[in-house]
Amino acid sequence: MEPSALPPQGGPERPRRRGRLRTLLILPLAALALAGCTVPRFGASPGATTSSKSVFHLWQGFSIGAAIIGTLVVVLIAWSVLFHRRRSEAIPRQTQYHIPLELTYTIVPILIVLGLFAATMVVENREVANPKTNVVIDVNAFQWGWKFTYPGHNVVVVGQTTQDPTMVMPVDQNVRIDLTSSDVVHGFYVHAFNFSRYALPGVLNQFTLRATSTGLFNGQCTQLCGLYHSLMFFRVRVVSAGQYQSWLASQANATAAQAAQSATSQQISSIVPTKQTKG
Amino acid sequence: MTDVLERPAPAEGHGHEAHGPTGILKWLTTTDHKVIGLSYTVTAVVMMVIGGAFAEIIRAQLASPNGTLVSLAQYNELFTMHGSVMIYLFAGPFAFGALANIIVPIQIGAPDMAFPRLNALSYWLYLTGSITMLSGFFVAGGAANFGWVAYAPLSSSVATPGSGADLWIGGLLLTGFSAIFTGVNLCATVFYLRAPGMTMFRMPIFTWNLLVTAILILLAFPVLTAGLIMLYADRHFGTHIFSVAGGGVPVLWQNIFWFWGHPEVYILALPFFGMVTEIIAVFSRKPVFGYKGMIFATLTIGALSLGVWAHHMFTTGTVLLPFFSIMSLLIAVPTGIKMFNWIGTMWRGQIWFSTAMLMAIGFLITFLVGGITGIYLASPPLDFFTHDTYFVVAHFHSVVMALVLGAMGGLYYWGPKITGYMLNERIGKAQFWFLFIGTQVFTLPMYLLGLRGMPRRMAIYPQHPSWQYLNDWATVGAIMIGVSTILFIVNIVYSWKRYPAGDNPWDGHTLEWFTTSPPPHHNFYRLPPIRSERPTWDYNHPEHRALEHGHGTPAADGSAR
Ligand code: HEM
Ligand SMILES: [Cu+2]
Ligand SMILES: [Cu+2]
Repeated sequence: MEPSALPPQGGPERPRRRGRLRTLLILPLAALALAGCTVPRFGASPGATTSSKSVFHLWQGFSIGAAIIGTLVVVLIAWSVLFHRRRSEAIPRQTQYHIPLELTYTIVPILIVLGLFAATMVVENREVANPKTNVVIDVNAFQWGWKFTYPGHNVVVVGQTTQDPTMVMPVDQNVRIDLTSSDVVHGFYVHAFNFSRYALPGVLNQFTLRATSTGLFNGQCTQLCGLYHSLMFFRVRVVSAGQYQSWLASQANATAAQAAQSATSQQISSIVPTKQTKG
Repeated sequence: MTDVLERPAPAEGHGHEAHGPTGILKWLTTTDHKVIGLSYTVTAVVMMVIGGAFAEIIRAQLASPNGTLVSLAQYNELFTMHGSVMIYLFAGPFAFGALANIIVPIQIGAPDMAFPRLNALSYWLYLTGSITMLSGFFVAGGAANFGWVAYAPLSSSVATPGSGADLWIGGLLLTGFSAIFTGVNLCATVFYLRAPGMTMFRMPIFTWNLLVTAILILLAFPVLTAGLIMLYADRHFGTHIFSVAGGGVPVLWQNIFWFWGHPEVYILALPFFGMVTEIIAVFSRKPVFGYKGMIFATLTIGALSLGVWAHHMFTTGTVLLPFFSIMSLLIAVPTGIKMFNWIGTMWRGQIWFSTAMLMAIGFLITFLVGGITGIYLASPPLDFFTHDTYFVVAHFHSVVMALVLGAMGGLYYWGPKITGYMLNERIGKAQFWFLFIGTQVFTLPMYLLGLRGMPRRMAIYPQHPSWQYLNDWATVGAIMIGVSTILFIVNIVYSWKRYPAGDNPWDGHTLEWFTTSPPPHHNFYRLPPIRSERPTWDYNHPEHRALEHGHGTPAADGSAR
């Protein structure tokens, strides 16, 4: 930007002001991130990935704003409602406009919204980035189950509905998920990762997960996909790098047999109590 | 200037209704906007009761983790038809077909809608469409079961064969045309039939909001109509617009649906915003605070609402996140302006806690919760976290239950004008408390369930028995809402022709309170001079004109400047 090309009043002032604005927005956020543990959780939890933690902090930031603004508005409503019950036939002052006030409650919300947007962008850019990695898992959703393929390792895990197919992934490594669907839209959702993404037919959706702790987590399909949508579970097992390698090796042998077993060979009605099927 | 504009009263026996058909035939052939509006009102309330009954079955099923009240298949039909009936057959038609039809022409001093026969056609298309959609329950295979959004390719003939789905598409097409015709009619009425003196900036906020609603209808609904025809063609004529196998693009459906669907949110909401604005002003005995700012906010909401549809598609991974995020966040600004204007209207007023006013205050609080949680969802990372969980269900139920509160306020407020009789206030207040508290007891646990990871559209949750406790509270809230609906029906029956209303029971501001209750065939025998957006008030309280803050002189002379 060349300040000299701009009209005098807009020139040298502007970049500095914008910079100041940015620090103004980022500072409370940074403070919040540091104080993460003492700030209330507002119903959410930090989760088990790096992204889930930043989402959690963003959640806290939004919630603090929501609490302040919500309280302010409720107090204003309560004050005007509680203390102005009609007691007489007197007619109150017929005030209709107060331009400075109206401008204030237009401009202040715009600033708040820009702040929320800035915070959103910081977290979002981190979350949707796909850094280079050599741990890749192909996740394929189908009616009604999941298939996890480990390219280059000859490992496939398939399971329907309540069989709880389990995706195994290493901790502290970037794991890229290549998500697809073979029929209708499904939703890949792991609550502990604070994250979901659609599995769309005809679209390859890629995202990166970096787990920060080991453990077994519940996953579930969140996008309505037909009759057994309520039962389309899976699990994610996060293990150490060493365990991951030995798991891959042990599975590679068994996979030949597993792959032969077609995804739809097993009758769903034998898994689900017949009572639940439509008569 | 208190001259009253006289309209010649029709000569005895000259009115064409004197020769026309009587009884049921008269109702079938009527083109009177008040009769059509009343038919709309009754039909929409019946739809609300039907949709509410489905909701109660849903909540009963979810009261335990392995509910066996309905099967998995029936559950899918139930929430699909609950959502469809509530949005397509209750909220929309109630918003722009029911009270709007009756009140908008009267508020601008017009004798009827611009195209009375088209208006009648709108109603009959709506009724036919509603019956078509609901008849899905009586065909083999049951009603539509792909959710109210009918995502492709689940809505294809491969994944969802059966005529229930076709009846859903057909019913929606019919009600869609009904909406488009009403949109045309409202625009024409507001632009061409305003009484002398009724300039655009003297129109009541309710009428303004319906004008913006009508414009949004004309921009959005044709897209839905086109999408439904494509969907039907894919199902039956061998096209492959939404199927991957034939080279189509399933996400296209989501884009089309939400390009209609988000403006639809405001098509539903703006009329209720308008109702609440009128109610708050009248029962606070003050002019609408920031009248022009309010109109500006409505126009801004209308414009922005056309550019935010993909916030429903953040998790598809196929949309430009920052653009749709900032556009969605920005909608909070004009909405916030409205909230502060409502508060400003009540500020230092003389508030009369009628049932209508209580409903309006209930609307403010409930809508505040729905609006604030909506801001979270406009942030993509937070949407990735909560999308398709009960957090979203809770968010939009805070919004739609606020609309129900607004609708009830509108019925208590304008009911006396339409029928000539008041509803019982004591039963009305009981109804309010059940509805208002029930709504919070119903939605708050659902927010928490969403944050604990419960996805929506689950018939059972056998893996998570710990979710039962919160689900039970939500069910308790749903029962309270059901009780409030029963109280409403009881009130209508109890108050039937019991309390004559008079022409102006609330000391109203706008023209409908100047004519008789119910208004005569062409609405007015006489009109007051129209010098501001409150002609009836100005006529009754000439010494209490609206003031600019800090000035002793009236703000409004000529235009409401
Ligand atoms: C008595 C009041 C109500 C209750 C108890 C209720 C209950 C519910 C519940 C529990 C669901 C979620 C079902 C599921 O995801 O498994 C739902 C979905 C829905 N509700 Fe309501 N609701 C009520 C009123 C309304 C109103 C007034 C509207 C609209 C004006 C509405 C529109 C919807 C929509 C659009 C859905 C989504 C359907 C879908 O997922 O396809 N509801 N309702
Ligand atoms: Cu599913
Ligand atoms: Cu939207």
